[in-house]
Amino acid sequence: MISVSVISILNFVLFCIGIFGIVFNYSNLLSILMSMELMLLSINLQLIVMSLVFDDLVAQVFALLILTIAAAEAAIGLALVVIFYRLRGTVSLKSINLMKG
Amino acid sequence: MYLLVIFLPLLSAIICCFFSRWIGFLRAWQISTSLLGITFCLCLMIFYEIGLSSTLCTVEIGYWFNIGFFQSPWGFLFDSLTASMLIVVTSVSFLVHMYSGSYMEHDPHLGRFMGYLSLFTFFMLILVTGDNFMQLFLGWEGVGLSSYLLINFWFTRIQANKAAIKAMMVNRIGDISLTLGIALIYIYFKSVKYAVVFAMAKEFEFSNFYFLGFNWNTLDLICIFLLIAAVGKSAQLGLHTWLPDAMEGPTPVSALIHAATMVTAGVFLLVRCSALYEHASENIRLLVVIVGALTAFFAATTGLMQHDMKKVIAYSTCSQLGYMVFACGLSFYSVGMFHLINHAFFKALLFLSAGSVIHSLSDEQDIRQMGGLARLIPFTYVFIMIGSLSLMGFPFLTGFYSKDLILELAFSTFTPVGHFAFWLGSLAAFFTALYSFRIIYYVFIGPINGNRVVYSNIHDAPTLIAIPLTILGFASIFAGYVGKDLFVGLGTDFWGNSIYCSSINTSTVDAEFLPVFFKLIPVILSMCGVATAYLFQTHSLFTFKTESQVSVILFNFLNRKWLFDRVYNEWVSQKGLWFGYVISYKTIDKGVLEFFGPAGLTHLAKNLSRFSTNLQTGLIFSYAFLVLLVVLLLLSLTLFYYYEIAIIETFCIAISAFYIFLFVDRYVL
Repeated sequence: MISVSVISILNFVLFCIGIFGIVFNYSNLLSILMSMELMLLSINLQLIVMSLVFDDLVAQVFALLILTIAAAEAAIGLALVVIFYRLRGTVSLKSINLMKG
Repeated sequence: MYLLVIFLPLLSAIICCFFSRWIGFLRAWQISTSLLGITFCLCLMIFYEIGLSSTLCTVEIGYWFNIGFFQSPWGFLFDSLTASMLIVVTSVSFLVHMYSGSYMEHDPHLGRFMGYLSLFTFFMLILVTGDNFMQLFLGWEGVGLSSYLLINFWFTRIQANKAAIKAMMVNRIGDISLTLGIALIYIYFKSVKYAVVFAMAKEFEFSNFYFLGFNWNTLDLICIFLLIAAVGKSAQLGLHTWLPDAMEGPTPVSALIHAATMVTAGVFLLVRCSALYEHASENIRLLVVIVGALTAFFAATTGLMQHDMKKVIAYSTCSQLGYMVFACGLSFYSVGMFHLINHAFFKALLFLSAGSVIHSLSDEQDIRQMGGLARLIPFTYVFIMIGSLSLMGFPFLTGFYSKDLILELAFSTFTPVGHFAFWLGSLAAFFTALYSFRIIYYVFIGPINGNRVVYSNIHDAPTLIAIPLTILGFASIFAGYVGKDLFVGLGTDFWGNSIYCSSINTSTVDAEFLPVFFKLIPVILSMCGVATAYLFQTHSLFTFKTESQVSVILFNFLNRKWLFDRVYNEWVSQKGLWFGYVISYKTIDKGVLEFFGPAGLTHLAKNLSRFSTNLQTGLIFSYAFLVLLVVLLLLSLTLFYYYEIAIIETFCIAISAFYIFLFVDRYVL
């Protein structure tokens, strides 16, 4: 039996991988979307683990909702990426720099 | 009558300054001259009443300041000291007014000129008649102001402007010192009235005042301040540089201000404060002697090598003022005063004669461009000769009675400082004769060096110039003999209480019983000076003087006034200007204060806002990194909620993180 804390740390690591994927990714828009999926998945997993720990179904409900939202968000994000690609012919992040402070 | 003496010149000044445009310059000249003539006659009457009949008159016409203990009335004190100064001031002023009518005939601003002259006379009268230090200070500043206006009379000339500013500024050093002196007098005596201060002077003989880290005797400190004031006004060594430059003004101005009246104000101050000086410690009087003796010597040597006719006479003024000052320092105030009176006459004569020469030579002032004038303008020659002989103390002329008396008295004190003053003064007498006759030779006797056109238009003094010259000439011959017994005669009670001289310091009698040789030394030296001047100019033996290296150096040293001006310009004025520009303007005003003040703050706000806008680079990953950082920051804030220090640390870390981010953003990506 893997203890709860091990799984939590694993989730945290997964979440951090997602964050670093966003922050240190200088070129690819698609990998950002994937990192965001990874973050959402790690959150989902953590919710389910907690639902098991506290013996409460609400968290699982939340997990199901988040799955839905993650799917919708991925669909919209990919659609934006496609439109962006049509406009600029590339999905590099460095080309999204027109709005400066 | 007493107040009229003061307000007639003021009336004249007002009429000339404000109304000469309507009444015409000729009328302005007539009015001011006649008003001054009336003033002079009144002063003669005052002299009869006050001086000869030994009375005293005080007029108080209300208060200037009346604040608690600080009372300064408008009071006018007429004692014998004031009465004799009045004679000097108004007579010279009257004659100069008359003289200006001819000398400044073609000047387009004659009205203004007469107004300034009268204004000067008014302030000088305020100075000598005031019965308290505040009024003395008013006159003191007033004559400074008038001298500025008069030196700067031809205001389109840059040299005149510079000379006037210099005169004002150098005088102002002394004025500051006078203010300090008056303040100190008020602190201790709780009054600025002469009557109170001089009566109480003995009370403060041993009181102390802490100043500049030293514990001074109060009277010593007051006397030092007053001495510096006198040094500034009377052009003594150290602050003398303004006097020769003040020759940029018209010649009557030089005669009035820089020979007879304004520069005598310093000596007048010393004489007026005789009670303070007598009660101060001996070292202060020694200081006065040394300053005066050095000035006498310095100015006499400098006068030797000047080529400007007026500057030579200006240095001679400086030198004679040195005599007066050291006479005061040796406690012979009455003798100093006597010399002041005599000197006013013969110096005014010299200046006015010089003006006559300059006038007849179409405003040529350089003695090297003159020559052979003795036969062309004999009248002026006669009077400049009288003036010079009187100046060098030729026996039985005016200068002899005061100048040689000063030297005799200096010798008969039998103190080292007295002898120091005696020998320096005698040498100065030698040089005085030398430069006087150098001028006379160059201008009147020597070969003609001037322009032919100038010489063909030459004319001797017109009537209005001739009259003052004649009067002053007679005064220069007879004033000393006539006034001798009155002013400095043995046991004369003329001065009454106006001059205090402690009995310890009085040694007038000793001078009468000096060996004849020592009495003759100044006269002999003067005669030697005449002979030397003659030999230098004519004898071929001395022609080597221009070629020798040593004499060139000596000539340059004397011609450049002992390099005083150079030292002052390079080590004082320019350093002052440098300090003003670099330190107080660029470093403090534009530097520190602006950096921490408005400019720095706006700059900071601008930079901060630029910094924070630069945070938004437009790149997604920078935004993501910022978001991450801020989330971490907020999280750590909750973490360190109970530890304030930690919060500050977190902020510091956050700020440095921002900088690192910017650095990465700018140089790495």
